[in-house]
Amino acid sequence: MSTTSFAVENDLMRCTTMSSSKLRRAYLTEVKYECLRALRAPAFAIPFLLLPIALYVLFGVLLAGSMSKGDPTVARIMFVNWAVFGVMGPGMFGFGMFVATEREQGLLTLKRALPMPPAAYLLSKMVMAMLFSAIVMVTLVVAAVVLGHPGLSAGQYIGISLVDMLGSLPFCAVGLFIGTRASAKSAPAFANLAYLPFMHLGGLFYPLPRSVQPLEFISPAFYLDKLALRLAGVPSLDQLAIGVAGPSSHGGAILQIAVLAGVTLLLTGLSIRRLRRVG
Amino acid sequence: MKPDCLAELQGVSKRFGSVVALDGIDLQVRPGELLAVLGPNGAGKSTAISLLLGLQQPDAGSVRLFGQSPLMLEARRSVGVMMQEVALAPELRVREHIDLVASYYPEPLSPEAAMETTHATVLGGRPYGKLSNGQKRQAQFAMAVCGRPKLLFLDEPTVGLDLKSRETMWDMLRQLVRNGASIVLTTHYLEEAEALADRVVVLAKGRVIASGTVREMRATVGHKRITCSTVLPAELVASWEGVQSVSHDRGRLQITTSHADTIVKRLVAADADFQDLEVHSAGLAEAFTELTQEPTQEVA
Repeated sequence: MSTTSFAVENDLMRCTTMSSSKLRRAYLTEVKYECLRALRAPAFAIPFLLLPIALYVLFGVLLAGSMSKGDPTVARIMFVNWAVFGVMGPGMFGFGMFVATEREQGLLTLKRALPMPPAAYLLSKMVMAMLFSAIVMVTLVVAAVVLGHPGLSAGQYIGISLVDMLGSLPFCAVGLFIGTRASAKSAPAFANLAYLPFMHLGGLFYPLPRSVQPLEFISPAFYLDKLALRLAGVPSLDQLAIGVAGPSSHGGAILQIAVLAGVTLLLTGLSIRRLRRVG
Repeated sequence: MKPDCLAELQGVSKRFGSVVALDGIDLQVRPGELLAVLGPNGAGKSTAISLLLGLQQPDAGSVRLFGQSPLMLEARRSVGVMMQEVALAPELRVREHIDLVASYYPEPLSPEAAMETTHATVLGGRPYGKLSNGQKRQAQFAMAVCGRPKLLFLDEPTVGLDLKSRETMWDMLRQLVRNGASIVLTTHYLEEAEALADRVVVLAKGRVIASGTVREMRATVGHKRITCSTVLPAELVASWEGVQSVSHDRGRLQITTSHADTIVKRLVAADADFQDLEVHSAGLAEAFTELTQEPTQEVA
């Protein structure tokens, strides 16, 4: 055994402060390995990276395209809506499953005992969810350009992609809220319990009957969808069904952003409080 | 807090609901020592460690880690940790896990150096999920030392290791202490404490029931334990010369003493009708088992 490298010599003067570059490195390392680990987990990466493009091509391009006889408005709505669907999953399940598992299996406890910078845990998972969202957006944009032909400009693609990446944060917060309360076993079920209604009540796949429409307001996907549709300059499926032609609006962008930010802050705040108290 | 103290519990109590996990205990970790914390399950070992690491807050008393609250990141940057029940991400390789933990510390070893010194180099490229339990302990040990900590908390570090790996681990722990690190070790293996510890603390039911050097512990073992049924009050027996402690155990008295012969004579003199006399002298293992046994009511 080499003695030199085992030198943990007890110089009490050794510094315990971290330079900002070392602190930054700690955050970046956490982010890097959180992303790597999620990309390497087939049960997580395969569904959340492949499902959005597969479903978009199948339903958004082929099915909706033939049903609408190539209507460009429908093509745009389909692109926007499937993109929202694509960025919901990584945040909700990434946080929901990983946080619940890591709480239950002691990893969170170990991280709290170690001198991990306190924000690194949640931040790395948020970046991971946004990275997954970015990959999903790239695949969807490629599929749209090659197959879907929604006729969006490069600026619109970029704008919608950025809005959807940031828009994954409220879903991270929902997942975190579940992950801090559910057991590792029940977390995926609870995540689905939120995921499915959010998806369907978001009005992403079909126009909702008028009687159900008030329920749309509980789905963060509804507000994110409205924001992205505005950038694409098309109405929502609900509006299209009753013959509205212009760009979607529902209370204005400020309200939609405020709701999404509010959901994110409220649920993240509640979850952090719970993590501090209960672990 | 004394200046030569790395970590300290002072009059610390902690309860979970109606269960008292720690009952006003004092515990110090001094520089350069290997302190073994022994005790049966539920004795309060892990609660004590949790408090020292800032994972839980005491209901009463004070907890200091390098003179600060253990909640301070600066305090924990001098600490390395190996926990018993933790599942690390199975997808990451051992080297990557070490790289991640090392990034938390100001002056860490490189992952390669950490693996070399802990004989874990061969594991470096393997996904954590594919390791055997013993290999996982080795990887966790490399993670614990990679920050070059002054103080290491090791919770049952050799559970799951084969004999050879355990010997290797012991050598590494001795080497660390020789190089100036301090170690707090919880273990079920008494021979581990005997082989490594400078000092031993025995916890039972949230209290320190014995502490001292291994040599002092051996001397305690020289004591005998007398058990009998008697009408004599425990307080009276406790006042006799040469009696270390007296406790009730299911209606019988348990007397710990270094002068068993004398005490038995006094028992006969004071209560001729006493019954069920037993006199034990225990080895180290039995001593701790006895020391930490079930509901006894200490009166002295």
